[in-house]
Parts: sequence; C-alpha cells; structure tokens
Amino acid sequence: MNSEHPKGFLQFILDELKPKGKIFTPFNIISGITIMMAIGVLVNRFSNGLGSVVHASQELPWGLWINFNVITGVSFAGGAFVVTFMVYILGLEKYRPIVRATVLYALLAYMFYAGALLLDLGRPWKVINPIIGNSFGISSVLFLVAWHFILYMGALFIEFCPAITEWAAWKRYRKFFVSLTLAVVIFGIALSTLHQSGLGALFLMAKPKIHPLWYSEFIPILFFISSIFAGLSLVIIMETINQRVFKNDMSFIHKSSHRNIILSLARTCAGALFVYFFMTVLVFIHGKNYTYINTPWGYWYLVEVLGFVLVPCLIFMAGYRYRNLILVRTGAVMAIAGIILNRLNISTIAFHWYDKTVHYPTWMEIVVSIAVIFTQILVFRWIIRRMPVYRESPQWVSGESQNKSFINYEKRRKKWKVLAE
Amino acid sequence: MAINRRGFLKTLGLAGVTLTVGKSFGATKDKKSATEFNGILYDSTICAGCQSCEYACAEQYGLPTPMDSPSPGIIRKTDETRRVVMNSYNTSKGEQYARKACMHCNEPACASACLTKAMIKTDEGPVIWREEKCMGCRSCMISCPFDMPKFEYNSPNPKIQKCRMCFELMKKGKKPACVDVCPPEALLFGKRRDLIEIARARIYAKPEQYNHSIYGEHEVGGTGVLYLASVPFKELGFRDDLGITSYPEYNKTFLYSVPAVLVLWPAFLLGLNNALFERKLKIKKEKEEQS
Repeated sequence: MNSEHPKGFLQFILDELKPKGKIFTPFNIISGITIMMAIGVLVNRFSNGLGSVVHASQELPWGLWINFNVITGVSFAGGAFVVTFMVYILGLEKYRPIVRATVLYALLAYMFYAGALLLDLGRPWKVINPIIGNSFGISSVLFLVAWHFILYMGALFIEFCPAITEWAAWKRYRKFFVSLTLAVVIFGIALSTLHQSGLGALFLMAKPKIHPLWYSEFIPILFFISSIFAGLSLVIIMETINQRVFKNDMSFIHKSSHRNIILSLARTCAGALFVYFFMTVLVFIHGKNYTYINTPWGYWYLVEVLGFVLVPCLIFMAGYRYRNLILVRTGAVMAIAGIILNRLNISTIAFHWYDKTVHYPTWMEIVVSIAVIFTQILVFRWIIRRMPVYRESPQWVSGESQNKSFINYEKRRKKWKVLAE
Repeated sequence: MAINRRGFLKTLGLAGVTLTVGKSFGATKDKKSATEFNGILYDSTICAGCQSCEYACAEQYGLPTPMDSPSPGIIRKTDETRRVVMNSYNTSKGEQYARKACMHCNEPACASACLTKAMIKTDEGPVIWREEKCMGCRSCMISCPFDMPKFEYNSPNPKIQKCRMCFELMKKGKKPACVDVCPPEALLFGKRRDLIEIARARIYAKPEQYNHSIYGEHEVGGTGVLYLASVPFKELGFRDDLGITSYPEYNKTFLYSVPAVLVLWPAFLLGLNNALFERKLKIKKEKEEQS
C-alpha cells in the first residue's frame, strides 16, 4: 500500500496532522482558551473530587455534564440513524450528499459525550466493570444504554470507514467496509431506537421526583420520537453553517443539492414534530394532567409544548410550503431549543420540583460543557478538511462504487440468483 | 424431515441459549423465594429521640459524631457523613420523632438501576453497596424513591454512603449497631414477617395509641424497615404518594421490549428495504422493456 503514498504512510499521516489554514482565527482563539480552562478545571476535578468543580447536590445527582452533554447531546446525534434510514433502507438518494457528514457528526458526538460521561463518573476507573462481564447489571437501563453507546459507536465508525479508507487510499479495505454498510445501518437503527428511548427510560424510576406534567410511562417513546426531529434540526443547522465554513472543501453536488435537502428535511421534521406533539397531548389528557396547568409549572410546560414544539412544527410546515430556507432554519433553531428545554426540564428543572432551592451550574461546569463541544467541532473540522466527507471521492473510486444503495442491491441480487441456480 | 446445515445450526443455537440463560434465570428465582428477609421495626411512639442510634452508627463506621440534635421545624437529612438521622416533628399529637435511613426495599430501585450490581439486595435482607463494583454513575440516587444513597462529592475516590443494616454484623449473628444500642427498644430487629406480626399485635393491643397502618408493609412493594407511629405518616415527613408498586416494575415494560425490538426491528427494516428495491427493480425492467 506504500505505493499510494510516495513518502511512506507515516509521513502522510504526519503531513495530514499539521493544521491547514490560519491558526489565529477568532474561533480558534476562543475555543483554545476554553479548552485550556477546561483542562485546568478537570485537573482540579480529578484531584479534589467532583464537588470542588460542579454544583454538588444529593438531591440532583446529575449535573450539566450528564443532563446537557449526554442526555441532550445524544438526542442531537439522532440525525445519523434517520438519514441512514432514508438513504440506505428507503433508497432516497437525494439525501446521499449529507450522509457522511451526519454520520461523522454522530460518531464524534457519541465519542465526546461518552467522554463527558466519564468526566462525571465518580469512579471512572471502574468503568470497565459493566463491559468486561464481571458484573453485568442486566436489569439496569443504564447498562443497556452504555452497551448500546459502545456498539453504536462501532457501527457509526464502520459506516464512516469508506471515507477514511478513501483518504488513506486503502482500496481493498474500502470495498470490505462498503459491503458491511447495509448490515451496520440496520443494526445501528435498532440500537438507536433502543438507546434514544433508553435515555428517557433512565428516569422511569424517578416517578415521585419528576413533576407529573413531565413524567409519564411513555417517556421512552417521547424521547425516541423527539430524537428524530432533534437530529434532523441539527443537521439543518449544521449543513447551513458548513455551506459557509467549508465552501472550499465542498463538491459541486453538495452545494447544489443543499436547498432541496434542507426543504425535504423540513417536511420530515414537521411530521415528526406533529407526531410528537400529538403524543404529548395524548399523554397530557390520559394522565389527567390538566389539573396542574393553572400553576407556574403548568405555564412553564405550555411554554415548552406550545412555544417550542407546536410553533416550530408550524414554522417547518410554512417553510416547506413557501420553500423558504430562512423559515426552515428558524424552525430548526426553535426545535433545538425545545429539545434542550425538554431534556433539562425532565432531568434538572422539574426534577425534585418540590424543593425550594434552585440549583445553578457553576461556571466551571459550563466551561467544561462548552469545551467538550468545541473539541468535537475542532475534530470535525480537522476531518472535513482532509477526508472526502463533503469533497468528491478520489478518482480511483469508480462511479458505481459511490455506493448507491440501489445499484448495490441489484448487484447483490444478481449474485444471489447465480448462487441459487 | 430433512435437516440442512442452516436449520441444524439454528436449533443448536436456540438450544444453547435456552440452556445457559434459562438455567440462570430460574436459579435466582428459586433462591429468592426460599429466603426470608431481615428487617427493622421502628416504633415512633416509643422513641425518645435520644440519637443513640446516630452515635452508634457513626462509631461503627468511623463517621464523624453528630453535633446537632433534632428539633421541630428543622429537617435533618442523611448525607455522606451520616447514614441515619433522627428528626422531630410537631404533629397533631404533639412532638414526635422519626428515624430516617435506608428503607432496604424488598425490590430496591437502586439495585435495579445499578449497571454494575454494586448495589444489591442480599439474601439476608440488607441492600448493600460494594466499593469494588461501583463506577460512581449515581443512577441509584436518581432512582431511589427515598433519596437515600448519598455520594461523597468532595473526595477523589468517592463512595456511596448509606445504611447497610450492618450486614457484616448480621453475618456474625449480631444485631445492627443502632438496634443493639437503642435504650427504650424503639428499634427491633428480626425477620420481616415476624416484625409485621409484632407491629400488628401492638396496634391491636393499643388501638387508640397507634395510627392503624405500618409504613413499609406495602409501600414501594414492601420495605425491610417498617414504621409504627401514632399519627399519619405524612406528619412525620414520610411521602404517602410513592405507591405500592415495586419500583423496578416501572422499567419492566421498557426492558422487556428490548429483545423484541432488537429482533423484529432489523427484520422489518430488511424486509422494507427488499420490498422497496424489488419494486424499483420491477419498474426499471418495465421501462427497459417498453423502450
């Protein structure tokens, strides 16, 4: 394989590791400072315990790192399973240009948010316990979520491997990974269904502690449905930003398909939001929750459900109807805000709602939370600038192995037919 | 019946799974039904609020000696330095005391939430935390309806602190430290079934002195620590809205749906994929034939 890299593979990697573009841009400076500060905070956290850094409380055991980075952040990574479903299962080729970017975003999200989970664990050196099998807590929802995180990260990695192999010019491996794609996508969708809902199921036993407006036995289903539009809304925003930031790393097909993709995603989002809204109303009526509506908590609930679920749903519909990208983007921002609101309501704000004391995160918690996101963006950028995510695949990837799922299916079918005969 | 290789392997796999999984599931159930849990009965009408239980517990586990004492209006909570607290309440029948500590549920939410089995319900009855297993995720704290597990936030090697009903002493045939020391014998240690009988007998013997219910007999599916009091338990700071369902039940529907989703969902997706692409293929062929 060395023939692909005239100076040798090691030199190729070393060259690629060097930064491309200007170093002292405003974004780099801000993210650099944040990350340095976060490292300082983390040194403190590991030498003096969690309490020296986070707003420690026996009543609200999970702080910003879990409730925001893990529980909220993972729902935004849901875009990957929806987009791969549309492209590989339904064969909707028009979404093909955004598959790699979405999968890459999700892969990094899982890596960094699982990382945030490690920061918040009191005894992170024991994290191997549920993995190596010396103590499987199979009755635990968190056990399921943890395992699904790991397996799904593997699945996403394999889904992204074609891009890596194209970058490193590993022709033979590329073929192997492409052949795995459909299987891995199906596995990934099943895993996503379960762990997106599993994140909600983590709160099922906290029944007496969560305000009845937010607690229902349907939390897992609501979490799953909301992860669909959360993920897609994030894809809309991410694509909008990337169209500007990565102009020079983007092939013509990505630029030209952008408008159409965003509008189609808006329609899907509107649908998912409507289903979610409908389910929420059903839960509200069946739980006889209207008795709580005329309280401060009830108003807050209405802000979330009407202002950040129904309104973005209508905005998405209007945006699709009038083919207006600005409306769609507004809807996406609002839907994202709605998801953050919903997840934080369940996990923090309406958790122990009967306590009079209000818990605010410390500045150190916030710095680390933001630093995790910044690191993810930096790695994302590093990969986009180097690997064929938005760029065209290298010449040696022949036209047919741009892995159009339908063509692949046709080929596979022919092969089976030959085998069967 | 002809058996091909695929069919044979399938049968073999199924048999293997039933043998390994089926056996282990069955075994735990048998063991559970054969044991009787130990428990503690606390009688608030006898308790004088002397805090001897707090001192004994602190001494037993090397925790700091409590410096404050119960007084009405102040709610003292268990935390990482005290596993049991005595509280005083102004009730409809004057000042009453209530001891608060881990309830040692029959089916504990904390143990069900634990992904490393660090928190377990022992066959003897106590719910105990095991240091070598715990990874500090604190989902036991999220799940516990009584908010009893407490986390040492200010330690680089944090532990979960909560009452373990002196599991080690119990194994030596001794009573828990707090029960052993209680001067007026407001605390009783014994088999849970016997304790319920004793509690009922006390209510029958002095019906005017007691509130006619035992807190913990049915709450959250039954708890190992049982309470008697002269007033409704709400006045003593107990929650009366916890229900009588054991908390792991709330997870059950979700957990049972997991294998179904993992099996049916991929099959459905594959079928959907095939059906859609078959149709595309058909349309393509028809078009080719037309042209």
